[in-house]
Amino acid sequence: MVSILIVSHSKEIAAGTKKLAEQMKQGDVEILAVGGTKEGEIGTDPDAIYASLKKINKEDGVIVLADLGSAVMNINMIIDRFDEDTKKKIILADAPIVEGAIFATVEASIGEKLSNIVSSIESPNVIKKKQ
Amino acid sequence: MSEKIKVTSEKIKDIFIKIADILIENKSYLTELDAAIGDADHGINMARGFKKVKEKIEDDSFKNNSDLVKTVAMTLISTVGGASGPLYGTAFLNISKIIPDSDFDIDSFIKIGETIIEGIQKLGKAQQGEKTMLDTIIPAVNALRESKVKGLSLERALEECKKAAEEGMKATIPLLATKGRASYLGERSKGHQDPGATSSYLIIKVIVDELISEME
Repeated sequence: MVSILIVSHSKEIAAGTKKLAEQMKQGDVEILAVGGTKEGEIGTDPDAIYASLKKINKEDGVIVLADLGSAVMNINMIIDRFDEDTKKKIILADAPIVEGAIFATVEASIGEKLSNIVSSIESPNVIKKKQ
Repeated sequence: MSEKIKVTSEKIKDIFIKIADILIENKSYLTELDAAIGDADHGINMARGFKKVKEKIEDDSFKNNSDLVKTVAMTLISTVGGASGPLYGTAFLNISKIIPDSDFDIDSFIKIGETIIEGIQKLGKAQQGEKTMLDTIIPAVNALRESKVKGLSLERALEECKKAAEEGMKATIPLLATKGRASYLGERSKGHQDPGATSSYLIIKVIVDELISEME
């Protein structure tokens, strides 16, 4: 099953997004969330991102959802620390953090594979609000 | 025969401590610049990161220049907090892979400049003219290359590098930001000097001044 890592500048956004996504969870999709700096301020902590990526189940792949600049940069920098095979299994999705996490959780729950989940959460339908 | 300057890890440590001091001194200034077009944390982030760098290197000895610069890079990566952490961290990490152990000539400085740009661009995907730290760094490295072609002395080349960095920094004022938090402001990002370009200038200024003082 594909795992999901949520990375936000805010500890509360990360935790809240995880909570929302978990409502949609069936089975044992692993969802981890990291947010804020070491001091608990707004920002991202690369050490925490690295620790989460090390810990998370990467067997079927990991989808990473992130919010702004430094989160994205830190993730890209950290993915680079893994070996070539693992790198291919960690995908930073071009998707909004909340909607992306929720859709990814639903799809991961039904055993969808990594590349399919990525293309579906990267589609504009994910953010569609107007009927 | 190209002119060489000896720079040991003791000297580089000294340079980093001076960089830390100038960034801590300019904490409010950088934060003010960032408040205008960003999230008002650049000064705070840089001061926090370099304060930690200072603590970490001050009482330690390092086996070579690479070891010292790598320590600085890793410290910045894990303590800065904003986008400048991975950007400056990667720049210094790249430097640590190629930095000579003692003798530096114009080519050493050019190579260092090139690896900085490569690291920052790989992560930040920015080009010159997008109101970022690269607007200071790219002209500074170009000035080194041009100085080499003109056959200028190493001291003159470093002076030219600092001058180009300062001009590059000032040239960010009218630019429209298309990268980072400032890009959300669109047209309103014009008319402000970029905080990242400013911290890059401060760092280059310290390095050049310190190297030149060593040559006199």
